Amino acid sequence: MAETDSVATLESVTVTYGRSEALRDVTTTFAAGAVGLLGPNGAGKSTMIKALLGFIVPTRGRMHVLGLDVADAPLAIRARIGYMPETDAHIPGMNAVSFVAYCGELAGLPRVDAMQRAHEVLFYVGLGEARYRNVETYSTGMKQRIKLAQALVHDPDLLFLDEPTNGMDPKGRDEMLELVRDLAHNKGVNLILSSHLLPDVEYTCDHVVVMDKGTIAAAGPIDALKQPRGRVYELRVKTPSGDLEPFLEYLRTAGLDCHATDEDVMRVFVPGEGGARRLFELASSERVQVRHLRPSVPTLEDVFAHAVGED
Amino acid sequence: MPIHDQGYRRYGGSKAPLGQGWTVIARAGIRSMFAKRAFLGLLLLAWFPFFVRAVQFYAAANLPQAAMLAPSADTFRQFLDQQATFVFFVTVYVGAGLIANDRRANALQIYLSKPLTRVEYVFGKLAILATFLLLVTWVPAIVLLVVQMSFAGNFTFLRNNLFLFPAITVFTFVEVLLVAMTMLALSSLSNSSRYVGILYAGVIFFSSAIYGVLYAVTRSTQFSWISFPANLEQIGNVIFRQPLRYETPWPVSLFMIVLGIALSGVILERRVRGVEVVA
Repeated sequence: MAETDSVATLESVTVTYGRSEALRDVTTTFAAGAVGLLGPNGAGKSTMIKALLGFIVPTRGRMHVLGLDVADAPLAIRARIGYMPETDAHIPGMNAVSFVAYCGELAGLPRVDAMQRAHEVLFYVGLGEARYRNVETYSTGMKQRIKLAQALVHDPDLLFLDEPTNGMDPKGRDEMLELVRDLAHNKGVNLILSSHLLPDVEYTCDHVVVMDKGTIAAAGPIDALKQPRGRVYELRVKTPSGDLEPFLEYLRTAGLDCHATDEDVMRVFVPGEGGARRLFELASSERVQVRHLRPSVPTLEDVFAHAVGED
Repeated sequence: MPIHDQGYRRYGGSKAPLGQGWTVIARAGIRSMFAKRAFLGLLLLAWFPFFVRAVQFYAAANLPQAAMLAPSADTFRQFLDQQATFVFFVTVYVGAGLIANDRRANALQIYLSKPLTRVEYVFGKLAILATFLLLVTWVPAIVLLVVQMSFAGNFTFLRNNLFLFPAITVFTFVEVLLVAMTMLALSSLSNSSRYVGILYAGVIFFSSAIYGVLYAVTRSTQFSWISFPANLEQIGNVIFRQPLRYETPWPVSLFMIVLGIALSGVILERRVRGVEVVA
């Protein structure tokens, strides 16, 4: 575990590619444990990871990883982190165990220890039986696993996982998520998981940083972010005219947030106090029958949609 | 519950201090080349001129009829000239894929996510190629010097040509540095080792061809600075105290060599990165 509460921090970080800003004045903190870095494609997730790794030098701002300044001590940081890149990546011409052991040696492990750890880690990620095969003959799912193995071989304090389930079949995806969850929750490895898949982040992580268009849209513990500031209800009604739209407009005018989720079921956010009583009053004033009313639990999808303005 | 029973253990052992990553790259690269039979064949072939010269030295030292075969400083210069062919083939065989294959497999981001600087990465790759190039130039030339002394049974030749050891060393290291840096720079420009090999051959032959055309037109060797091999030859003659073959002043040839190395360094600095940024 890291010795501080946060494993990575960014202070007013701006990264530009030519004229376009991939990260815009980003200030955020990654808590210890498992943190999801969530956002649509092009939000700046991979750029942020590459900046934290020192691959990209920001135009402005400071970054710290495991308490060390990225600008001052990039090698000391890389000795303590593991990186699983998004794209296929391997050392050509090697079998799996040689590749992983080689990565261990590059990270500073003695040769014998690197080989021993390579065998162990390959078994852990489920490639034990295929460890003497050339990596170039691996399937997409196996390549994802070996990328995780090379990131783990030197026992990092912090793992950066960039889209770890990309291209995997459902079974492989579940197994990968199980591994990631096990690492974070049972093996004491801090990790930052970048993904655009909400279920992956929700299953494996405790905290989330939501990115959109190069900025931080929301950040914090997932449970806290899912707590509404008000109440959300599932609502089904019958209007005198049979048309829902005027009633929806009426609710919106009254300051409620409404989304149609199914044919006749809508989700209504009632800010502040009042909750269901207020809904009944509004329905009654418009002579609308309330057929179904149930408190709704917000999902990470709601948090994400709200954060990136897709309400 | 984890799917796999094989648990993950934390590592409690020691780790090497920072700055030694290049030795891991160099060791692995050298091992992998020695595992290739075709390459071993090429190395053996590259040592064939050495054995011919050794026989020549033996004959000169032991047979009065072969006294005209007695070595001189020029013999060593000629020997290194002959090795230039093998330098070319070893460079293409070993060097073409050194960075190109890593680029093809996106391995650079793996390397550079480890505690390894870009300079260490390049130095590790350079060490692989330089090792094999020195194995077909500096090593046989120095061994040949030792062989001469052994067959002659005295140090007279060495005493009379004291400059030979530093001359062999300086020339081969300049040659290896130029060739290896050029090849690494070309290797970083492409994802295909085959294309890199062709590109390298193009640089060597095209520069010589242009010089050849200019020589045919002007009947003057003052444009030899254009030719990659001619510059090395000119500097080699200076180092071995031999008459210069071209009209180009040797400082110009030296400048072209330094320029080639510097240009290769700039290319490597731009191309060896953990992430390729297309602005």
